[in-house]
Amino acid sequence: MAIELTINGQAVSLDVDPDMPLLWAIRDLAGLTGTKFGCGKALCGACNVHLDGQLMRSCAIPVSAAAGRKVTTIEGLAADGDHPVQVAWRELNVAQCGYCQSGQIMSAVALLERNPKPSDDDIDAAMSGNICRCGTYTRIRQAIHKVAEGQS
Amino acid sequence: MNELQHISRREFLKRTGQASGGLVLALTFTAGCGRAGPGPASQGAASVAPNVYVNVRNDGIVEIICHRSEMGQGIRTCLPQIIADEMDADWDRIELIQALGDAKYGDQNTDGSTSIRNQFDLLRNAGATARQMLIAAAAAEWGVPAEECSAREHAVHHEGSGKSAGFGDLVDAAAELEAPTEAPFKSREDYRYIGKSMDTIDGFAFTTGQAIYGIDTVLPDMLYASIARCPASGGTVVSVDDAEARAVSGVIDVIKLPDPTSPLLFNVLGGVAVLASNTWAAQKGREALQIEWDRGANGAHESAAYRKTLVKSVTSQGKPVLTRGDAAAAFKAANSVHEAVYYAPYLSQAPMEPPAAIARITEDGGCEAWACTQNPQAAQDTVAATLGIDKEKVKVHVTLLGGGFGRKSKPDFIAEAAWLAKQTGRPVKVTWTREDDIRHGYFHSVSAQYLKAGLDADGNTTGFLHRSCFPSIMSTFDPSATGPGGFELDLGLLDNPYDIANMQIETAEAKAHLRIGWLRSVCNVFHAFALAGFVDELAHAAGQDPRDHLLKLLGKPRQVNPADDGGKYTNYGHPLEKHPIDTGRIAAVVEKVTDMAGWGRALPDGHGLGIAVHRSFLSIVGSVAEVSVDKTGKLLVHDIWTAIDAGTVINPDRVTSQMEGAAIFGMSIALHGEITAKDGAVVQGNFDTYPVVRMSEAPEAIHVHIMESTAPPGGVGEPGVPPVAPAIVNAYFAATGKRVRELPLRNAGLT
Repeated sequence: MAIELTINGQAVSLDVDPDMPLLWAIRDLAGLTGTKFGCGKALCGACNVHLDGQLMRSCAIPVSAAAGRKVTTIEGLAADGDHPVQVAWRELNVAQCGYCQSGQIMSAVALLERNPKPSDDDIDAAMSGNICRCGTYTRIRQAIHKVAEGQS
Repeated sequence: MNELQHISRREFLKRTGQASGGLVLALTFTAGCGRAGPGPASQGAASVAPNVYVNVRNDGIVEIICHRSEMGQGIRTCLPQIIADEMDADWDRIELIQALGDAKYGDQNTDGSTSIRNQFDLLRNAGATARQMLIAAAAAEWGVPAEECSAREHAVHHEGSGKSAGFGDLVDAAAELEAPTEAPFKSREDYRYIGKSMDTIDGFAFTTGQAIYGIDTVLPDMLYASIARCPASGGTVVSVDDAEARAVSGVIDVIKLPDPTSPLLFNVLGGVAVLASNTWAAQKGREALQIEWDRGANGAHESAAYRKTLVKSVTSQGKPVLTRGDAAAAFKAANSVHEAVYYAPYLSQAPMEPPAAIARITEDGGCEAWACTQNPQAAQDTVAATLGIDKEKVKVHVTLLGGGFGRKSKPDFIAEAAWLAKQTGRPVKVTWTREDDIRHGYFHSVSAQYLKAGLDADGNTTGFLHRSCFPSIMSTFDPSATGPGGFELDLGLLDNPYDIANMQIETAEAKAHLRIGWLRSVCNVFHAFALAGFVDELAHAAGQDPRDHLLKLLGKPRQVNPADDGGKYTNYGHPLEKHPIDTGRIAAVVEKVTDMAGWGRALPDGHGLGIAVHRSFLSIVGSVAEVSVDKTGKLLVHDIWTAIDAGTVINPDRVTSQMEGAAIFGMSIALHGEITAKDGAVVQGNFDTYPVVRMSEAPEAIHVHIMESTAPPGGVGEPGVPPVAPAIVNAYFAATGKRVRELPLRNAGLT
């Protein structure tokens, strides 16, 4: 069946099994591969996107739940890739392999939108759903503080 | 049908106004690999390649070919730093091209922390010979001696005449010349990029979703595959009922893979593949398969029973691999004797990107694959063997790797894609699920370690025995392998640096029941855990401060050669003269890292500091952890301090980031990591049952110091890992008085 939704500002109609997780609809049908598969069980955060501005694990919600709603992926975060969070990430060279960072950035943006001056505890609470096997956590904390302090 | 299904990702980005370019676009498979430099229209040569790593285009861009795999260690930044520096090329006028797998590049196997330590000279030579060739070209053009010319800032200059020419302008003249094979290297003080913290070259791609990994590659008309594999290693399919799977919308075919044969090597592991029009349909179809398995020879493997087998083996007579003095006599004469058995479980590498590859059969009967591989030449070999074709007909494109940690050195998943592409006649992408990754990998070995020491009345260690027992990695290649051997003894066992007059090192037998493979720092993980933990025990037994005791045990600065005591030691493939086991350098690291941590300071109640030091992959890393246990029994790691002596360092920030990452990776090993087997099958399956450290557990800070050194470069990717778990265990003892001799710590009642 056709599911209509908006991805990064563009209206799209996907002919898809409504039970398909939003993640695979984004990756395999819409062809946007910045959103990553890490666990398929809402355990790692690699697939995080924004659904009507809310942080969402796209592997754990069916595409039908996004019908008529607005999805933002890492590719749609800022036109030139210059969202302050993305800039801070680059300035601190946060990424190692980079694979989880789409999800990390989507989580960080959501955190900063609801809490512009998070403490370390706030950051830990908001970011602990995102696994990074390379171990970039301390730099992620620094990058979020940097954005909060308006330095990037 | 939705039109989006028929447009490419790049086109989608363009339509939605999100396209943005830069250096990183060279990563995408359409533009990424081995293409000739286009250059502007010109009568002459478009480019000249002084060697396989450099191609100078007539538009002035220097293409640098990265033949090593990027998995987070930063080689795509560090490799061009070396070449561009030796070439005197400008950083903003280079373009990085990811190499195909090809023997012409030499060793491409990106593991063993080898990229810099083994290839620093090769890479410097690539840059230096390119520079020399451009100088020769300019000298010939100007009719002046080459010795009077020099390269600087992407150009060649002749001071006498004031002439200069950009690299791009010299392409035609250089194309007439024979490329030199050797050239002098720059001196250290002239470096522009080596030793500088250059920003990560893929930073923009990493932060915008444009980085392309193995899982991201897309080909027209491709099928998506998900494979059900036998729960037990080496087992086979008895029967398959695929009716329900075929009924799943989007499923196109179900194909049984060839049964695995011994040795398992990097070959296809058998099982049943479901092929579909998208990943989700393939996974759903695969879940609907009804398969009867024959679990085979390993079907009874069970971890609790196997642990008893290992402990029994390690506490029995071993096979000596190094003998100094007479340890047995020293134990008899000792004032006190201490012994301990340390145990560490199987681990899974669990890179965030699970194994994924895409392959297609080419018109000439060859195979072209795109994959997140650490070892593209092994991928060529394995795909060629799987399809029965020549290696030369296998083309392997290396994507970015979403973590590797040793898992992606094994190209079994690429062979699966290739075999399925051959069967279906269409391109096939194989994507492992997380459960596939955790249950069907090449596991870090489970191990038991036995240690014994004799102390004199003053607490000096006079006799020492270390016996190591674990199923060998060699079992994956030779099923008759029955225990530790070969290079595994190099990894923290034979290279014991301690100044003990009577020392015996032994191995004990263990048979493998899972596919065994590498994990970041390999056997150093359990050897360092046991050795550094036991040395800490000896400090307390002697009533000495662990730091002072450690320095005393290291003895006076000297160079240790295991061969002096009969050890067949290969020093990670390098002569000891170039990369000595230098106890003075080890002690310096201990002194530095304990100073950083404020060793000996008054600590808050319930806090403890622990130290561990370990040399691996030719580098020395010392770690200090500060821990406490809260009222709920949760172990908190407050800070980790790390000092590394890696000799000459190319990019200090990437070294620092590797130490930060190793601290977290080591914490995961210390606190959580455990793979167990039941009825031959791995019990754990995802990050709920195989937890790893999350941000809430990360230390407040990871403090890293890089020792100043002009020594040849050592490894960086792995050496940060081994000291972390023992530092934490030793800190836990300092905090609580409780000694833990097994990993993970959650099994010791800590959460």
